Amino acid sequence: MTTVDRALDHVHDDHHDVPYLTPKGGPVATVWDWMTTVDHKKIGVMYLFSVLFMFFLGGVAALMLRIELLEPTRQTAAGLTGAAFAGGEGSSVGAVGQFYNTVMTMHGAIMVFMFIVPGIPASLGNFFLPLMLGAKDVAFPRLNLASWYVYVFGSMFGVYVILTGGVDTGWTFYTPYSTTTDGQPQVVAMILAVFVLGFSSIFTGLNFIVTVHKLRPPGMGWFDMPLFIWALYATSIIQVLATPVIGVTFLLLLFERLFQIGIFDPGLGGDPVLFQHFFWFYSHPVVYVMILPAMGIISEVLAIHSRKRLFGYRAIAFSSLAIAAVSFLVWGHHMFTSQGELAAMIFSALTFLVAIPTAVKVFNWIATLYKGSIAWNTPMLYAMQFLFLFSIGGLTGLPLGALSTDLHLHDSYFVVAHFHYVMFGGTVIAFLSGIHHWWPKMFGRMYNEFWAKIGCALVFVGFNVTFFTQFFLGTQGMPRRYASYVDEFTTLHQISTYGSWVLALGFVVHLFVFIHSLIVGERAPQNPWGGLSLEWETDPVPLEHNFRHEPICKHGPYDFETTVPPGCDEKDFPLPPQDEVRTVH
Amino acid sequence: MATFDSQASDVAGDGAKAPLWKRYKAGHHWRTQDDEFDAAKIGIWLFLATEVLLFSGLFCAYAVFRMLYPEAISAGSGYLDWRFGFSNTVVLLISSFTMAMAIRDVQLNRQRWATINLSITWVCAALFLAIKFIFEYGPKWAEGKRPGNLFDYAYASTSHEHVWWSIYYMSTGVHATHVLIGMGLIAWLIYRQRKGAYGPTHFTMMEGVGLYWHIVDLVWIFLFPLLYLVH
Repeated sequence: MTTVDRALDHVHDDHHDVPYLTPKGGPVATVWDWMTTVDHKKIGVMYLFSVLFMFFLGGVAALMLRIELLEPTRQTAAGLTGAAFAGGEGSSVGAVGQFYNTVMTMHGAIMVFMFIVPGIPASLGNFFLPLMLGAKDVAFPRLNLASWYVYVFGSMFGVYVILTGGVDTGWTFYTPYSTTTDGQPQVVAMILAVFVLGFSSIFTGLNFIVTVHKLRPPGMGWFDMPLFIWALYATSIIQVLATPVIGVTFLLLLFERLFQIGIFDPGLGGDPVLFQHFFWFYSHPVVYVMILPAMGIISEVLAIHSRKRLFGYRAIAFSSLAIAAVSFLVWGHHMFTSQGELAAMIFSALTFLVAIPTAVKVFNWIATLYKGSIAWNTPMLYAMQFLFLFSIGGLTGLPLGALSTDLHLHDSYFVVAHFHYVMFGGTVIAFLSGIHHWWPKMFGRMYNEFWAKIGCALVFVGFNVTFFTQFFLGTQGMPRRYASYVDEFTTLHQISTYGSWVLALGFVVHLFVFIHSLIVGERAPQNPWGGLSLEWETDPVPLEHNFRHEPICKHGPYDFETTVPPGCDEKDFPLPPQDEVRTVH
Repeated sequence: MATFDSQASDVAGDGAKAPLWKRYKAGHHWRTQDDEFDAAKIGIWLFLATEVLLFSGLFCAYAVFRMLYPEAISAGSGYLDWRFGFSNTVVLLISSFTMAMAIRDVQLNRQRWATINLSITWVCAALFLAIKFIFEYGPKWAEGKRPGNLFDYAYASTSHEHVWWSIYYMSTGVHATHVLIGMGLIAWLIYRQRKGAYGPTHFTMMEGVGLYWHIVDLVWIFLFPLLYLVH
């Protein structure tokens, strides 16, 4: 049995007081136990491996794109490009271009809908939100499991599409292209995939909101919660309020594709701009679903690994909510050219509002590090990378939000670079930081710090070589989405492709570090980093019921000056002389 | 509201003879049954918010096409008979009332009345769909008043009438799907309620389905005037 959730037959016996990773009998029983579990920790781990697998698929697509772009490909595909793309060496540019469009769509759709949107909340969030709140589980455990199954079901459509040749609509599915392009079953399957995945997103968001409201432990008010929880709360609000809109949009698109109902198709009197409005009304807020949990992780990691009270706790907490609120007002900046001038100006002005709460966070994080006792381990290195890369990503968003400069930069590689600095340099880097930070708690084993740092350095170098060059390509006029280009871009494109290989190597190193840790890693102590939030009060591998006794919140999550971390020796984490401590909250 | 936990304490000793609702215990991760009930209600209200946003897309499309093709929308609206729409409105309002009464009944442990009220609710839902399909969808589809490319009505007086029918079928179709799901849920409620699963201290499921049923009703209250009455 799993942690029994059905109250009628629930008896408090001892078998729940074992680490959650302990197998239940033989292999078949164990697999069955995991597939039917309502334990948020197991669901979080299953989500973690699922989203990382989708990240792998999307990553392979990205590497293929970069290989195609090694050479300009104007008449025939030669060398490596030809070998990697369908027809082999000497295949026609048309065939290569078609294949390129397909791979690009798969990269975008998989990375957005199957990796980065569910990514942090459903994996690390699922595992740690109840632990940080001192709860036994999320509010609706069975809904949580349903969310994972819906996610897997939706992702299978995506995999089916890959296996049957893919779609070339782009991840944005703009009409009328998406309603007229070839590949009926594949396009329908991909639309269904996004529709279905929306439900899993709503389930997770709804679950988290209720959990935060109803399952905080005695003594923990709203402003005693770790900031990761605040970030997840703001994320969940966006998930719940934005996702239904993409649901109805893709429902209409599905009928448009199947029966030509003429709502989006201009050939039948429909309005394609309406599709864009609907699409971005979801898809803009959802970029904050991608970045807000990442910001939550950074808040935790920076505070714990520099042993400093977070500077401006309330400012960071409220800025999460502010970002969530503003996110619903700026969708029009994806459509500057398809709407009126006045609307474009208003959306441009509103777009700049996003910069304010974002900058509030960044300045507070940097202020947190001041005079901190900074540990140079992998989570911290990744958090530092986040500050650096995310700032570049954020600042390059400003020229894109300003109408006059966007006229020059839009639909160029500048946009691609900006987007990847935010999404990869922000979210993926923070995800890696979070995985390393919480790895000992999730699997009860330490990872190899030296090799993790090597991987970290390779990712940093590879990422910057890949994407910084694309800022130059964009400002020089290289348009995005094209399979071929003029000769003067060749050098920059090739540098970018070499960078993508370094990046891939970094991930391979990380993969081996994780596998090594799972098999022979050193047993982790209860609290390796000296964290104060409640998840560090659990056993080295949390019990099925999480805590031995119901926890009571006696100190804030960042009271490093006054509290000896649970499960730690005082001489490992010495407190400063208490008469010098300012206890201002 | 009185707390459930204070009332649920007389369970011990009754053993298997007590009805299911008396034996109900909150899930293991809840401190009290009250907490569990409150959480379920927050959850269902959030879900209702997603429902409103789902339909908001359809209402938004309606507004856009009303602006783009006012004649087509006006002409299309003229094809609908307000009497069918009105009957369906009355049917749904009655069902909402009986749903609310059914919840009141289980709160007061009037189990027979609860069954009767739930059954009336279910019958009203079925009646709604019957009116919709037999008197509206069926004849219109046969005359060629169909959405988009399927449109085949020889006497259309304005262009773009097929867009009106797309809007009509999509919004009422999504709504009818909700009614159908509601019927399934209510049937399941009747089955569980007959087994004695709901009573004064435990009626979470009744409350949740009830709220869902009211939002389905409410959406129709907006669809009816927009589609049938405004020309």
